Amino acid sequence: MNKTLGILGLLVLACVATALINPQFVSAYNLQNVIRWTSLFGILSIGVAFVIITGGIDLSIGSVVGLVGCLLPLLMVEHGFSPAAAIGAVLGLSVAIGLFHGLLITKLGLQPFVVTLCGLLFYRGYARFVTGDQTQGFGTGFETLRGLATGKPTTVATSIAVLAAGALLLEVLRGRREQEGPRRGPLLAAGAVFLAALATGVFDPGGLAQVRAPAPFLIMIVIALAAGLFLNATVGGRYLYAIGRNLTAARYSGIDTDRIVIGAYVACSALAGLGGVLFALDVNSVQPAMHGNFYELYAIAAAVLGGCSLRGGEGTVTGVVIGAAVMRVLYNSINLLEIPTQLEFSIIGAVILLGVAADELVRRTVARRRRGGS
Amino acid sequence: MSSRALLEVRGVSKSFPGVRALERVDLHLDEGEILAVIGENGAGKSTLMRILAGIESRDDGVVAIDGEVVAPESPREAAGLGIALIHQELNLADNLDAGANVFLGREPRRFGLVDRGAIRAGARSVLERVGADFSPDAPVADLSVGRRQQVEIAKALSCDARILIMDEPTSSLSRAESERLFTLVRALRGRGVGVVYITHRLGEVTELADRVVVLRDGRNAGELRGDEIGHDAMVRLMVGRDLTVSDTRSAAGPGSVRLKVEALATEHSPQSPLSFEVRSGEVVGIAGLIGAGRTEVLETLFGLRPRLSGVVSVDGVALDTRGPRQAIDAGLALVPEDRKRDGLFAEMSVRENVTITGLTALSRAGLLDRRGERRLARDLVERIRVRTTDIEQPVATLSGGNQQKTVLLRWLAVRPRVLLLDDPTRGVDVATRHEIYSMIEELARSGAAVLFASSDLEEVLRLSDRILVMHEGDLAGVLGRAEASEEAVMRLATGARGGAVG
Repeated sequence: MNKTLGILGLLVLACVATALINPQFVSAYNLQNVIRWTSLFGILSIGVAFVIITGGIDLSIGSVVGLVGCLLPLLMVEHGFSPAAAIGAVLGLSVAIGLFHGLLITKLGLQPFVVTLCGLLFYRGYARFVTGDQTQGFGTGFETLRGLATGKPTTVATSIAVLAAGALLLEVLRGRREQEGPRRGPLLAAGAVFLAALATGVFDPGGLAQVRAPAPFLIMIVIALAAGLFLNATVGGRYLYAIGRNLTAARYSGIDTDRIVIGAYVACSALAGLGGVLFALDVNSVQPAMHGNFYELYAIAAAVLGGCSLRGGEGTVTGVVIGAAVMRVLYNSINLLEIPTQLEFSIIGAVILLGVAADELVRRTVARRRRGGS
Repeated sequence: MSSRALLEVRGVSKSFPGVRALERVDLHLDEGEILAVIGENGAGKSTLMRILAGIESRDDGVVAIDGEVVAPESPREAAGLGIALIHQELNLADNLDAGANVFLGREPRRFGLVDRGAIRAGARSVLERVGADFSPDAPVADLSVGRRQQVEIAKALSCDARILIMDEPTSSLSRAESERLFTLVRALRGRGVGVVYITHRLGEVTELADRVVVLRDGRNAGELRGDEIGHDAMVRLMVGRDLTVSDTRSAAGPGSVRLKVEALATEHSPQSPLSFEVRSGEVVGIAGLIGAGRTEVLETLFGLRPRLSGVVSVDGVALDTRGPRQAIDAGLALVPEDRKRDGLFAEMSVRENVTITGLTALSRAGLLDRRGERRLARDLVERIRVRTTDIEQPVATLSGGNQQKTVLLRWLAVRPRVLLLDDPTRGVDVATRHEIYSMIEELARSGAAVLFASSDLEEVLRLSDRILVMHEGDLAGVLGRAEASEEAVMRLATGARGGAVG
């Protein structure tokens, strides 16, 4: 929780600083872009968070994004697949890839790093091979389908208001079920967010009410809610954390560790595949050699920034999504503040390092304070 | 007593937020003395030793060596002062050989490169001094726990340690290895080394110590010397009262056969299939030296190791031993030997640790019933008085004894028909040990079949209705209550049919 608040603070700081220096940041156009990219990367990050919580890693995400991005237009344009069939096929392939990774890691006992590194190389190479390295796209057709990535069905203010209202309601229900009444912190936070979103919608300060919610944002919200529900409220979620904390103890406790770990890799690749579909629909011009390069690293960085530990057993969906947002805001501010784009990687790297180092220092101080006698 | 003590500790205090770990503790150690420091878990022994070894700093008080005040701030400084701490969990690099470990961090060099010849020669002589029967080239990974300990002691001696602190050195040694260690410790005493010996095994204290210092709740609780050193006197000082050792075994006598094992062949000893049975309400102990295959039997039954052949049945139904999940479904439970490695989720809460086995029963449509989970955790914790105020506390912050109880609780939640325990009280203090015994006996009374392995003979004799003695993978013999004695067990465990005592 503290970790999530810390990263939220970093996000707010980055937003405010950028907005003060260049008011362009809060223009509807720019915000919509930042939110769309955050959502696309957020989907990948949530996926990799599952794997990281088990103590594993997935380096193949960017190549899966690339492969899916190549195959989807290829199937639809060249082979005449219907959109539904094509999407079904590539998502099925993504699930199969995750299953393959999971089986190699659990049943054969290979290291996740090695398995997914080979995946990174293999899927990229295969994507370039099947396309003959030719740029793929949907042309001018498939407008409805592309709306999945480019549409803006509602406003951000409305969707946040709905979310906050939902959270408020859930907290009240939870309080009643547990017979202890709703907790004040979450209640106040959700209430404040709800009122803020409502006020934004009504008074339209600085045109913020005009900011539309990109479709990927709504898709990511649904995925985040499902992932959060799984991690916090189901037996499987508890097992996932337990496996990350101590794999052998989990096995000794009778947990089917293989199944859970395989599930995590499947979820990761499936979300990479879904992200790949949306990325492809969004850019409409997929270069087999480039599309999705480094995306696994962005996803892992966002997850770590958001509180996942590569040692496993730690991480929250909220943190990971905020982590993805920080990455995108940083990237955006580099452009807006006219910092040379060559420095992009350096700046993002430095900020992540600072964030992680600060977090570790805080953790140690707390641990020192807590460590009792014996 | 010499006029100037080798080591003198005066009024040392140490607090952690919320806990007063040590309060004005005094202690002195002479040259050529074996001083036992005993006390329940949480009494402050480990904290005191960590201060002496430079791992922890003290808030107050004085530590003096040869009358000179010292304040080691790192293990390296402590070593420079002649203090060596041998940890409960041995700290060796098991990918290196024995010699390399003896000189780890202080490698002699020639032309800037590690001088292997000097290491081998130096290590050989110091290993000889500790009575090692293996060469400096032996990979540590291949050495038994007892031999690894010899490497640790050799390492300490090669640094010219004059004060040797040993934290529960026999907790994973076989009887014979322990005897060898005692001989070595006495020899070191003869050479003027001062030994601080921490243990929970009071029998060893009687056997070895010249003097005993008892700590209780971070303070000096008393001191015994010479003839005063006796089991009851020590227990009285440790717990501050007399412990009534109840011997309340199932009066009703064992019931029907719960666990039946026929010609079970394990990976450890495929050539010697084992057959035995455990009845409902019966407590059966497996005795034997380290490496005799005790752990392997338990882990094979629990599906953690492959069963090569043989039939295992629970209440007459053949058991599927493909994995722990199947074993648990059939009513088995296992409390593993190494609770840190195989049992605990250290950073997770007591609640999450005790409910992990019962979560599926606590969920509806895949969703956790959090209130039910908290209620279960609270019920369990109250049942056996884990000393924690808060079920949300991370298990890592509990004492060893309470951690062990946490692992046991996990299984009470699912009411096992067959309870398997591997060294159930390793590193657990006397009072908690008795509580664990009562828990085991209570489970047996309620109809469970209990099968446990232990390297602590006292424990095997105290708990078991019957004792299976193993020797190198074989079932060397079965002893009933009447014929069980330390001698009888050891005779079988060492393969008395004529083999060497090992």
